[in-house]
Amino acid sequence: MGVIRAMLALIGRDLRLAGRVGGSGALSLVFFLMIVALVPFALGPDLNLLSRIGPAILWLAAVLSTLIGLDRLFQADEEDGSLDLMTAAPVPLECVVLAKVAAHWLTTGLPLALAAPLFGLLVALDGTAMGATALTLLAGTPALSFIGAVGAALTASIRRGGLILAVLVLPLMIPSLIFGVSAAQAATGGTVPFLVPLAVLAALTLIAAVVGTLAAAAALRWPE
Amino acid sequence: MRLSVDNLACRRSGRRIFSNLAFALGPGDALAVTGRNGAGKSSLLAILTGRLRPEAGRITVTDVGEASLPECLHAVGHRDGLKSSMTAGENLLFARDLLGAPRLTPHDALERLGLGHAHDLPVAYLSAGQRRRVALARLLVCARPLWLLDEPTAALDAGSQAILAALMDGHRAGGGLVIAATHQTLDLPGAAELRIERCAAGAAPEVPEPEEWA
Repeated sequence: MGVIRAMLALIGRDLRLAGRVGGSGALSLVFFLMIVALVPFALGPDLNLLSRIGPAILWLAAVLSTLIGLDRLFQADEEDGSLDLMTAAPVPLECVVLAKVAAHWLTTGLPLALAAPLFGLLVALDGTAMGATALTLLAGTPALSFIGAVGAALTASIRRGGLILAVLVLPLMIPSLIFGVSAAQAATGGTVPFLVPLAVLAALTLIAAVVGTLAAAAALRWPE
Repeated sequence: MRLSVDNLACRRSGRRIFSNLAFALGPGDALAVTGRNGAGKSSLLAILTGRLRPEAGRITVTDVGEASLPECLHAVGHRDGLKSSMTAGENLLFARDLLGAPRLTPHDALERLGLGHAHDLPVAYLSAGQRRRVALARLLVCARPLWLLDEPTAALDAGSQAILAALMDGHRAGGGLVIAATHQTLDLPGAAELRIERCAAGAAPEVPEPEEWA
């Protein structure tokens, strides 16, 4: 019971902080919109081209906007001493990581996936492609948060660690990107059934959940 | 709870900070850790909270059941662990849910430290001394046997220092332990004193290494 209560308290606190001044609540969603809106300007009004690469654009935008606020995931708590409070809690550090990643996903990944159909209009996606892209984002963005948490834990005590963080975690997000985009494209035609890449994407998310949680907790425990 | 520390040594960034440190505390005991700047007072407290690994030595805790040392202690240091954009009450409520073993409500704890009016104010609006008092109120919202205080009287006015002394007395009367690192004379009657002397004093460089500034 104590563990559940502590994790809920952590999730509640992080959601509350994201909505207050200085939090990154709506920022990643706005950034997502910015990238998606820029692409048609860069490519020109070729609707066929846009709808063909639309899922890829949405996924790229999702990967990049996950990075927003990620560098502060553990750093903010490290700086003000909240992390010391969490290590003193009668809860394994893995549960602390799990709760913080859950809060991060609820404020970045979930809004992105829910807003994807709307933003799909900007890149001329049809109904099936919109639904498929939103579903792949729903299944794939938790992996991005878990992978990002490892980088955030490793750079928690480095000031200005945001760039190092991006360089560290972006290569690890490539598998999710590949299978997310291929699943979204399989839904609108092609030789592979939709469920095959989606199942691989879901498996990648589950692997990232286990490895990411353990690795981030180990990185936070690392002395100095 | 009983805490005993044997032959403890600490090394940070390749430099020996202290070695051969030993003390033992039982219920109701208090320890004042003194020493000049950079002697390793905060490092000792960091080792006890589990944030720093000792180079050598043993720390044993008894009479606490299955809890580990970090789960039996409250640490209040210069990093107060408060979120500026949350109110004092919200910060304390979070600490209570996270740490478990609830005792006073956040409002009563703040009341005891003379900060009842700050319950609904964001911590960002509070002064340094008021923030420190909110952090000290954490000692009261959760019951834990060992209090680790790093310069607890910094930024506190005379009245608040008297309140803190009364709190520490009450905690010790209930069988609790207090370890305080300080430069000032603390109001801790009957406290043992542990003076940390720098190893190889004179030979050690006075300029801290960059890692220690972080």
